[in-house]
Amino acid sequence: MAEERKLRILVAKPGLDGHDRGAKVVARSLRDAGMEVIYTGLHQTPEMIVNTAVQEDVDAVGLSIMSGAHNVLMPAVVKGLEDKGAQDIAVFGGGIIPDDDIADLKNKGVKALFTPGTSTEDIIAWVRANVKPK
Amino acid sequence: MLYDREALAAIIAQKETWTREELERVLSKMPERAPRFSTISDKEIPRLVCPEGDDFDYAAKLGFPGCYPYTRGVQPTMYRGRFWTMRQFAGFGTPEDTNARYRYLLDRGQTGLSVAFHYPTLMGYDSDHPRSLGEVGRCGVAVDSLRDMEVIFDGIPLDKVTTSMTINGPAGILLAMYIVVAEKQGVGADRIGGTIQNDILKEYIAQKSWIFPPRPSMRIITDILAYATEHVPRWNTISISGYHIREAGSTAAQELAFTLADGIGYVQAGVDAGLDPDDFAPRLSFFFNAHSDFFEEVAKYRAARRMWARFMKDRFGARKEASWKLRFHTQTAGCSLTAQQPTNNVARTALQALSAVLGGTQSLHTNSLDETLALPTEEAALVALRTQQIIAEETGVTNTIDPLGGSYFVEWLTDSLEAEAQAYIDKIDELGGIVRAIELGFPQKEIGDAAYRYQQQLERGEKCIVGVNKYVLEDEPPIPILKIEEEVERRQVENLRKVKSERDGDAVQRHLKRIDEAAREGGNLMEQFVDAVRVYCTLGEIIQTLKGVFGEHKDPGML
Repeated sequence: MAEERKLRILVAKPGLDGHDRGAKVVARSLRDAGMEVIYTGLHQTPEMIVNTAVQEDVDAVGLSIMSGAHNVLMPAVVKGLEDKGAQDIAVFGGGIIPDDDIADLKNKGVKALFTPGTSTEDIIAWVRANVKPK
Repeated sequence: MLYDREALAAIIAQKETWTREELERVLSKMPERAPRFSTISDKEIPRLVCPEGDDFDYAAKLGFPGCYPYTRGVQPTMYRGRFWTMRQFAGFGTPEDTNARYRYLLDRGQTGLSVAFHYPTLMGYDSDHPRSLGEVGRCGVAVDSLRDMEVIFDGIPLDKVTTSMTINGPAGILLAMYIVVAEKQGVGADRIGGTIQNDILKEYIAQKSWIFPPRPSMRIITDILAYATEHVPRWNTISISGYHIREAGSTAAQELAFTLADGIGYVQAGVDAGLDPDDFAPRLSFFFNAHSDFFEEVAKYRAARRMWARFMKDRFGARKEASWKLRFHTQTAGCSLTAQQPTNNVARTALQALSAVLGGTQSLHTNSLDETLALPTEEAALVALRTQQIIAEETGVTNTIDPLGGSYFVEWLTDSLEAEAQAYIDKIDELGGIVRAIELGFPQKEIGDAAYRYQQQLERGEKCIVGVNKYVLEDEPPIPILKIEEEVERRQVENLRKVKSERDGDAVQRHLKRIDEAAREGGNLMEQFVDAVRVYCTLGEIIQTLKGVFGEHKDPGML
């Protein structure tokens, strides 16, 4: 059996919020689960994230937002990827996201949203089931 | 010494007998719940602590409240004199929204204010900056210019209420605005009281709301220390904060160690700038987390007081008792709250708050039950305030001083945390001090590792969070949450436009130029901030000017 290419995941922190505990824990968990993980660091604009995702040829982008700016920043990343013809890169997210916003974000192309209390096992399982290496 | 040698030998012999005859008999029939017991920070905890060493020197380790080394508290009467300040951190939406919330809380018995700013203010951007898009008023109140601070404190007497402001990179600018708002109320700078967080070192370590690189940031802080010592003598100039270090995933001992190491860093910076520690150290205060492991938290506060007193007296040679005293604010642990079964958060917060009170805090914020979902609703914020009032007025824990002092276990744990934290501080000294350690990423890495370790323990079921990995309920009903309308952003940008159109544009340019010069040539920046905000220079304009001289700090993005 030919060995599948490892999944490449970009974990990104858009916006001004500095809460990186969750993003880092998720990034390390995905890496320990055998994926290649790139972490952007904090304070990224959607444009910076899109550029990194395209340059690094990732399979998915995970966005972490704790500041309440998710309704603006998450769709901006989805749209930015589309504008670059990179709509095959799956976008998922996590953070303090009220239930009422989740449906709207999914309509705008965010594939999955993970809220407080989610286990990293669940995130790893979702990525394995829903993201395919290119 | 609490026991003479003979009494101690008898206790040790009795413990051996108890172990052999009682304990082992029971253990052979019924093993304990776990092979190893540990705190939430993974510190191993003994089954039973008894007097076993002859090194317990009451006078040296505990002393008396209000006396060196302050282990039992910084005031001689503690809560028999007066309760801690009940200071709920709040701020959201526009300045008008926040003013209304403050009046609501003050009317219901809150005794101090604490301002939460939105992210653009924390990071030095005005509300009309492209980077502020989507963030305005979301996780705190929007402040762009003096106008906003005038609205926030409208009708609130600044000679009677003290105010804490969680602001770091732009701390001097917000203090300047507060000084001018008070001045307009007829209250001189010498009569206002409060705190600016102004703890930039922990931003690089944990909270990550920085603007400038570490070294120019330290220069701004020494300017603030020098200015406030002279003009705002009742102001706490730095709130040296472990809170965010803990929220980022540190252990209790790391929170203690890195916070005190930051404190040492600030005192050293002041000394290096030619200040006498006794002139500014009495205005340094601290801010700790109250996490869920009850005794570990109590021990942490007690160890913090004892260690800081020693550092100030021996390491810096401070002579004033006020310089030796570690006064602190506490906030219950936001990261311990759960989105699942959120009503349980009231119980968590009450127990955490109790640990802060038994640890001798000077002021306290209790989190609201809905804070893992959004900023608190008015109803949730009221329950949080009432939790403190119940502890103060109903439980009776405030009737005596340091009621846990002398508990064999609490004293053992206090010593143990002190030793663990001291080892970190020694390591930081070896690295060349806290600024260097931060540049090397040392505390950041230790915290990241601890956070990951805890998450793994949680997922293996070695640590429990009720409602999350144990006692889970399906189909929970949603609870009401506070929504910040998108309208807020439009209104705030509109307010800012109005300020800019009505102010004296020439004066603004003149003052920005003076700030640029002071930044380059070493004049006191704080003096310039006060004059600049008075003519409605905006926060974003002042920060942009300073970035031109000092540059910007970027996240290295280490995992």
